[in-house]
Amino acid sequence: MRWEAANSLRAATVPAASLLSLVLIWQVAAWWLASPLLPSPAVVFATLGRGIATGELLHHLGITLLRLGISFALAMILGSILGILLGYHATLDRWFDPWLTVFLNIPALVTIILCYVWFGLSETAAITAVVVNKLPNVAVTLREGTRHLDRGLLEMARVYRFGTWKTLRHVIWPQLYPFVVTAARTGLALIWKIILVVELLGRSDGMGYQLHLFFQLFDVAGILAYTLAFVIVIQAIEWILLQPLDRYARRWHR
Amino acid sequence: MIHIHIERKTYPASGRAESHTAIAGLELHLGEHEFVCLVGPSGCGKTTLLNLIAGLDRDFQGTIHLSKTGTPRLGYVFQEPRLLPWRTVRENLELALPPRRDPAVIDELLVLTGLTEFQHTYPQRLSLGMSRRVALARAFAVEPDLLLMDEPFVSLDAPTAEKMRRLLADLWQRRPHTVLFVTHDLREALELADRLVFLTPPPSRVAREVTLPHAPRLRSPEVVETLYRRLAPK
Repeated sequence: MRWEAANSLRAATVPAASLLSLVLIWQVAAWWLASPLLPSPAVVFATLGRGIATGELLHHLGITLLRLGISFALAMILGSILGILLGYHATLDRWFDPWLTVFLNIPALVTIILCYVWFGLSETAAITAVVVNKLPNVAVTLREGTRHLDRGLLEMARVYRFGTWKTLRHVIWPQLYPFVVTAARTGLALIWKIILVVELLGRSDGMGYQLHLFFQLFDVAGILAYTLAFVIVIQAIEWILLQPLDRYARRWHR
Repeated sequence: MIHIHIERKTYPASGRAESHTAIAGLELHLGEHEFVCLVGPSGCGKTTLLNLIAGLDRDFQGTIHLSKTGTPRLGYVFQEPRLLPWRTVRENLELALPPRRDPAVIDELLVLTGLTEFQHTYPQRLSLGMSRRVALARAFAVEPDLLLMDEPFVSLDAPTAEKMRRLLADLWQRRPHTVLFVTHDLREALELADRLVFLTPPPSRVAREVTLPHAPRLRSPEVVETLYRRLAPK
């Protein structure tokens, strides 16, 4: 146990030192340039603290995370259903595969603009735009997972009369789970970048909207403070939620 | 009594492979608690036949009559162990156990197969021989009306395969289910079987049947050798 603790301490040392050196370089560059266009880390952290204290940052962060949560959940559910269907039915797959290719190659910005043009500058349009962007990725990943289902194990489940529920839970789900986790991780990375653009173009709150405001005011400290807050939250989701889920999925591996 | 009559089983052409008939006019009867070995060269449709009997493939002409009352319970030991890698040895056995069956049967089978201390191990940490023992225990756990075995000891080293045959004979002594055991190894069949059924090359049907003198356990190497000299193709 102590050996493990020492090991994880050592493992944490390098990333910590690496991040510290990044801040150091930033500090030196800010000091050297002495321009409001590159505020020093101290100024940015102060802006961050003020944003948290006034509640403004948390308000916008909360709105963005809510949008993120809803569109992420929708994209995962709908994309999984579509992917599993395509994985099972070769004919369906032959028909819809070209559609997927088209949707995968439409730039996110185009989907966002079209959604706002067609549905107005509404919450629905914003969520739809994100879902449409993300859904093809989830579908492709889950289609791959469904295609790789082990036939031998499915036959075994049939002979031993597992029934639908037991087969789904103990034979199919454990095989799809790693693909779902992969789709979730890459999905999160994609969605949080798109959602800022969605907010920037057509919403009057959220991180993207705030960043737009800071941009017009040339408030670089604000931009960096908000970015920092967002990066920390996203990384926390990865560490607290996604990585443990991933480890759980692989617990039976040698 | 189990009656199997396969009029014809044909695989349709796919890709560059032409359609071919795997089985034609095969007739097989199994008596209650009989241990029958199906012997034939590789690729003579033995696995196909087991899959038809197991109901995994319903695309054939003919009739398979497994029991008079309701749906019979099957045990199937595949060529590969086919264990769920994300479930422990014990969980693999429990999942196959029919509802309302006493779970104590699992403890008993774990002892008989020597797997008690590995019951909480995941299959990837087991050797092939041990995985096969789990697959064997699973098949016996369901108390099958018919136990299908598809070369279950192939690619094991000779001593391990011998141990597995002894284990199978012991289990079968305790619970004499009807067994249909597929092998290409005549000596293996001679050690275990009450009756041998030889298949022709495809399209397969029964070439000949040989009922062996009754043996309470595994036949000794001397007896197997004598029978082998008499039965092996010249």
